[in-house]
Amino acid sequence: MFEIRIHSRGGQGGVTAARLIALAAIRDGRYATAFPFYGAERRGAPVVSFVRIDDAPVKVYSQIQQPDLVFVMDMGVMDVVDVLHGLKEGGTVVTNSAHKHEFAGFRTFNIDLTGIALKEDLVVAGNPILDTAVIGALAKLGIITIESAKKAIAEMFTDERDIKTADDAFREMTV
Amino acid sequence: MLTVATGNKAVALAVKQAKPVVVAIYPITPQTEIVEQIAQYVSQGDLSARYIDVESEHSAMAACIGASMTGVRTFTATSSQGLLYMHEMTNWAAGARLPIVMANVNRAIGPGWNIWAEHTDAMQERDTGWLQVYVSTVQEAYDTTLMAFRIAEHNDVLLPVMVNLDGFLLSHVMQPLDTVEPADFIPPLHLPHTVDPKNPMGYGTLTGPDEYFKFRWDIERSMRDSLRVIEAAHKEFFQRFGRTYGFTEDYRCEDADVVVVSMGTLGKEVEVAVDNLRNEGIRAGSMRLRWFRPFPKLDLMNRDVVVIDRDYSFGFGGVLAHSIQAKNRTGVFSVIAGLGGQEVTYDDIAGFVKNRHIGREYWFGVSDNV
Repeated sequence: MFEIRIHSRGGQGGVTAARLIALAAIRDGRYATAFPFYGAERRGAPVVSFVRIDDAPVKVYSQIQQPDLVFVMDMGVMDVVDVLHGLKEGGTVVTNSAHKHEFAGFRTFNIDLTGIALKEDLVVAGNPILDTAVIGALAKLGIITIESAKKAIAEMFTDERDIKTADDAFREMTV
Repeated sequence: MLTVATGNKAVALAVKQAKPVVVAIYPITPQTEIVEQIAQYVSQGDLSARYIDVESEHSAMAACIGASMTGVRTFTATSSQGLLYMHEMTNWAAGARLPIVMANVNRAIGPGWNIWAEHTDAMQERDTGWLQVYVSTVQEAYDTTLMAFRIAEHNDVLLPVMVNLDGFLLSHVMQPLDTVEPADFIPPLHLPHTVDPKNPMGYGTLTGPDEYFKFRWDIERSMRDSLRVIEAAHKEFFQRFGRTYGFTEDYRCEDADVVVVSMGTLGKEVEVAVDNLRNEGIRAGSMRLRWFRPFPKLDLMNRDVVVIDRDYSFGFGGVLAHSIQAKNRTGVFSVIAGLGGQEVTYDDIAGFVKNRHIGREYWFGVSDNV
């Protein structure tokens, strides 16, 4: 089982990103579940979302304690949340940033999701929407295929820019 | 067709396919996605139902009662405080023998204010005459909602059915969903006591001490008959759509020395605990109770029983644990866990099994246990 934890802020698309990843994994012929932890938070507050991907039906409903991968969609949450908490030894950290951040003991990647979303003018209520760029980046890491990622986006959205941002992220992600 | 959905969306989709004629729902977290989705179906013309905007859950159920009395299919959904506000009307729905189907997204009751999963809301509807079923996956939420209409409307039942799904844990979890074409799996509704202006009759009139108990007995008789109707619905569902359901879902119970009984999503987490326990040489099994009303016969003889209640009856105990003790004349280790969305992992569950003490009650997370 591959377990992903996504840190974002309400309104950025972290919950939707988790759902897109799960849908893409299912389109890859695997099993997956996606779920957020809903607190009392609203727009702007730190939000945590989870994805489990496996080759058998996923029976676990409790929160992910030891993720294989942590995706930090908002660098600011690192000031208030320990995003590395429980991350498996040698696990992966992806940050939404134009600059590389090193986390000792972990594989680290960075990608400027916000820049990609702004380039496509993918902004809702003043927030750049990052969800489709997230799955483009994860496709580059081989967690899902880019074909299924695009299928998932097409099933959930009708705006062509959503697929474009996934493509952009897939291209710009350096692995 | 294989798609993905949250528990809420799966329920809404099943309702759309069951084609109710009247829908009246008041939104409440974590059920709101159901009312939003159904409202959208109606506004887009995907469901040609009369959608009645109501100002409260009490009115939602009252609207369903009025509509159901005219002999049409009705649906509503609620959760927690909303269900409690409906309580007077839920009794009326069952007493008036109206086959209303309701989704209840299980959520704790305030105060302290809490929007997370717990079964105590539905437990407080235990004695109303509603059938109650608890589901554990998005697929099961969808399948069971379809079955609920068929069972409620069966001539030998004619009682309302409540489909329970855990708040957030299931209502907001996205999982694979294989949809079906129900076609005549849900036959047309023929309510024998429909209001008919051409044939005026009194409904719910004063019923004296020499008659009232007969109506109560009639509800109980239908409850007992519903066991057979539910079994037939499960069988028919399997024959048409290939998925198996029972009163319980048993997992590795055949040779188990200890069986964990639970309801809802916890039951799936228990299966993972069972696999891990067996790897350690402990012969455990999981029995996830689906139908709570009518309460089925459980095969729990000659083994240790651990019951996890995501509910509590103050001054008494876990409702499920005590129901099993009474019905099966067996001692159990009663675990109270998951109240108000408390995290319960498969490791925690394995711990309950290893540290079981038959005859005792254990509150998970509380240090000074009974």
